[in-house]
Amino acid sequence: MSGNISKNAGGHVDSRQIKQISGKAIPARGNNIDTDRIIPARYMKEITFSRMGEFPFYDERFDSNGNQKPHPFNDPRYRGASILLVNQNFGCGSSREHAPQALYRFGIHAIIGESFAAIFAGNCVMMGIPTVTVAAGVMEQLMKDVETHPETSLTLNLATKTISNPSGQVALDIPETARKALMEGFWDSTSLLLANSDKVKTALSRLPYMTGFGD
Amino acid sequence: MARNSGYTLYDKIWESHTVDTLPTGQTQLFIGLHLVHEVTSPQAFDMLREKGLKIAFPERTFATVDHIVPTDMRSRPLLDEQAEEMMRALENNVRQFDIEYFGLDNERQGIVHVIGPQLGLTQPGMTLACGDSHTSTHGAFGTLAFGIGTTQIRDVLATQTLALDKLKVRKIHVQGNLAEGVFAKDVILSIIRRLGVGGGKGFAYEYGGSVVEKMTMEERMTLCNMSIEGGALVGYVNPDQTTFAFLEGRPFVPKGRNFERAVTYWSSVASDPNARYDDVVEIEGSQIEPTVTWGINPGQAIGVSEALPDPETLADPETAKRAYDHMGWQPGMSVAGISIDVAFIGSCTNSRISDLRAAARVVKGKRVSPGVRALVVPGSAEVKAQAEKEGLDRIFADAGFEWRSAGCSMCLAMNPDRLKDREICASSSNRNFIGRQGSPGGRTILMSPAMVAAAALSGKIVDVREYF
Repeated sequence: MSGNISKNAGGHVDSRQIKQISGKAIPARGNNIDTDRIIPARYMKEITFSRMGEFPFYDERFDSNGNQKPHPFNDPRYRGASILLVNQNFGCGSSREHAPQALYRFGIHAIIGESFAAIFAGNCVMMGIPTVTVAAGVMEQLMKDVETHPETSLTLNLATKTISNPSGQVALDIPETARKALMEGFWDSTSLLLANSDKVKTALSRLPYMTGFGD
Repeated sequence: MARNSGYTLYDKIWESHTVDTLPTGQTQLFIGLHLVHEVTSPQAFDMLREKGLKIAFPERTFATVDHIVPTDMRSRPLLDEQAEEMMRALENNVRQFDIEYFGLDNERQGIVHVIGPQLGLTQPGMTLACGDSHTSTHGAFGTLAFGIGTTQIRDVLATQTLALDKLKVRKIHVQGNLAEGVFAKDVILSIIRRLGVGGGKGFAYEYGGSVVEKMTMEERMTLCNMSIEGGALVGYVNPDQTTFAFLEGRPFVPKGRNFERAVTYWSSVASDPNARYDDVVEIEGSQIEPTVTWGINPGQAIGVSEALPDPETLADPETAKRAYDHMGWQPGMSVAGISIDVAFIGSCTNSRISDLRAAARVVKGKRVSPGVRALVVPGSAEVKAQAEKEGLDRIFADAGFEWRSAGCSMCLAMNPDRLKDREICASSSNRNFIGRQGSPGGRTILMSPAMVAAAALSGKIVDVREYF
């Protein structure tokens, strides 16, 4: 079970447009949670992402015999959650897209945090996963609410830039470029970039290294 | 763009490589060089095949194998079936898409961030992308180098461009001189300690000042390599005579008159003397001592003479407490004297010939402490060959180090080189994250290669200057 990703309401339905995500939330407390913790490198030795959903936070969730350890991702109260709550500098470290892939394939479709590492946040946008930020105090309240009432649904609305739950609504931050990419369905950027192939030729004609500095 | 008009190198290269402003407001940036390795690329090639796309600029794309390669037994098929499958996938992809490939038995094979500069592929005034966060290394040449994810690799393969947001630029001015026994690794660990592991978010770091100007290219690579550990996606040093001298004569560097033209272009991309920065940080080089990490991220670093800090005195007490839980140490302990089990000299941060020379200088004529497992993993086949020519392999082997072949090895333990259980490793790599070196309970202490060498001989953390 995963969250409800709303499609563009009305006539033109584009499945790539991501405007609103609703669902249960799951907290992963702690600053500077790095991508080695999100997915240890030894689980990346695969040529597809298909199994990555088995591995998020693997070493924190399982002991060396494969027995479960206490962790929100093992906690039945959070089963089916689609919105991850995190603190500062989440996703620091490696560029491995295996990290957001592992979270996404586990069922996470949006992440709310105090801040995100640059490459991780970029990877998320490329996959259509909004990473939005709130202040530390707001995050503490969101986490407490979710820990107390894990069955509660959150709604993250990119159009109004708000997060709402039954106790109210708070403002979220997201870089405007990422918001546009998600809302207008441009996060899967290849076609946008390919459309400019003539402009690419113009750009590279300015670069002397493209001809090896020859005449 | 006229000189002395207040632009940084970042501004200039960004502008000259801009293809268009996209409807999202992002910039479409042309990428001059794309480096590919086996771990983050197979899914990107699959995406190309699914979409029926070709590679836009195969001649600007180079591949090698580094992350999963064994550093001892290298015969095929590899003993690790998953590693063999990954290597075969890359071999098939470079064949199908016509990419120049430096494979396991190629004399140019090595860690992607070691071989790019070594071959002269990495050049000033260029944009570069690679599916690896330590791509910031190439900034040492005055290159804008971006570590990217797999979906972005797909975009670079298909279009030779990326959709990016422009960063701000922070100048980090390291003035004065470094004391003997203090290396580029100590400088970057000190910078990250001061600015934090998230402090560089939204910034490119420009490193300058007399300490950086005096650094060799290999030292500048170590410095730029760990920019990402400070949260900065990009780090760079302005190109100068040191840069040009390093590049001259390398295989992919233009020769003769074209080299002169290249130097003219390379010189023109350096930041203007009156460049405007979004932030400036001053660091006094003489105050930096040999530095080691004590925790679970590279910002948790201290001078080797210091005691472990009280979490409540730090900006992030929670992460500090988590670090103490993992490391099993207490505030107030001296970091010098902590026993080690493993010594690792290698990684894209510190596996170049000057790193091996610095370590060999400490090791020569001495023995690794009983009970310490010590290994040296050169960054490339060429570094290995050069070290053997200089007899460094004998110095290490005579002391009890294992002498290996090139790869990422124990930096991230995707190959058989890994920590066991709760082992403590003195490591010249870049990340002391929990579980990074292959064991969930393993503990990593980052330091310069010379410091790793001294720790290997002593069996504990020591100030390398005791060995001079």
